[in-house]
Amino acid sequence: MDAAPATLTTKHEAPDVGELFTGFFILGLTGFGGVLPLARHMMVEKRGWLSSAEFTDLLGLCQFLPGGNIINMSVAVGLKFRGIPGALASILGLIAVPTAVVIGLGVIYSQFANDPVVRHLFGGLAAAAAGLLISTAIKIAWPLRRDVVGLLIVTLGVLAIAVLRLPLLPTLLTLAPLSIFLRSRQAS
Amino acid sequence: MTATLVTLALIFAELSLLAFGGGNTILPEMQRQVVDVHHWMSAQEFGALFALAQAAPGPNMMVVPLVGWHVAGFSGVLVTSLAKFGPSSLVTGFALQLWERFKDRPWRKTVQAGLVPVTAGLVAASAIVITHTSVSSWGTILIAAGVAIATTTTRIHPLLALAAGAVLGLSGIGQP
Repeated sequence: MDAAPATLTTKHEAPDVGELFTGFFILGLTGFGGVLPLARHMMVEKRGWLSSAEFTDLLGLCQFLPGGNIINMSVAVGLKFRGIPGALASILGLIAVPTAVVIGLGVIYSQFANDPVVRHLFGGLAAAAAGLLISTAIKIAWPLRRDVVGLLIVTLGVLAIAVLRLPLLPTLLTLAPLSIFLRSRQAS
Repeated sequence: MTATLVTLALIFAELSLLAFGGGNTILPEMQRQVVDVHHWMSAQEFGALFALAQAAPGPNMMVVPLVGWHVAGFSGVLVTSLAKFGPSSLVTGFALQLWERFKDRPWRKTVQAGLVPVTAGLVAASAIVITHTSVSSWGTILIAAGVAIATTTTRIHPLLALAAGAVLGLSGIGQP
């Protein structure tokens, strides 16, 4: 993937601000339970905004930075084509519908929170959401299962945040440099 | 009210810049702030808001506007969304310009490799904290375990798993 030259780029249609908004708006509307596969389909295959190599490259950047991958991706793509107005159109398009839906659900929940049927429904939903998160954690940690240094860092992170309930900022400022240092020792 | 909004803005701006590895890594800190530090809601309510956000379409950080709405209504939605998505977007904008220059540097790969286990540890911690708040009876333990196993071992759609959990929960079996 790293060897893919920039000449691989296919023909592009640079989107305007309106197209950026509608593209990400539809993505926000349809992306249930993970937007990433749909995002690639929309930007690379359907609308031809980016080549496959450009998409992977931008995703690598967005994973590396703080914030959600797709949120960062919308900002990066908007900026790339139309500057700051493009970035605003993209991110607003992406979060408009989900924000409205989530608040609608919140209103319904707060109206009926004391109803036993609704309480049971949300009890099951919350348990299922927890199950999904467990599955995500397993999938992320699985490639590290034979990596002693990696597992040490995973364990320290779990211990600090889940067991000792330490604040995130000092934990991250300790763990991230430690992990990067250990990796650089491995590499050399 | 203004004090609450300022506090919300500070909390979510900090979370925005700390969210290496995506939104799931900052859930325990978000819960610690809104439940333990500021007492805006109970841990169970936070678990319910997280579940609602997972059931909604779009990116997985929709719990952010929902927490804002719960604490301070529509101004809370605006403040938390801006604070959560603004700082990380600015960082993305600046980083985009530097990206080409650093793309092939070996240290970038080392940093990236170093952040992987940190992300894995934080997501695992999130899973533990959220499970601890959301799962309390044998019925919900079975639902969480079933969904975890099904979505890890099969390619079942996450929304289908959530719907199954909601339906099983609706039956009230194994819940107080």
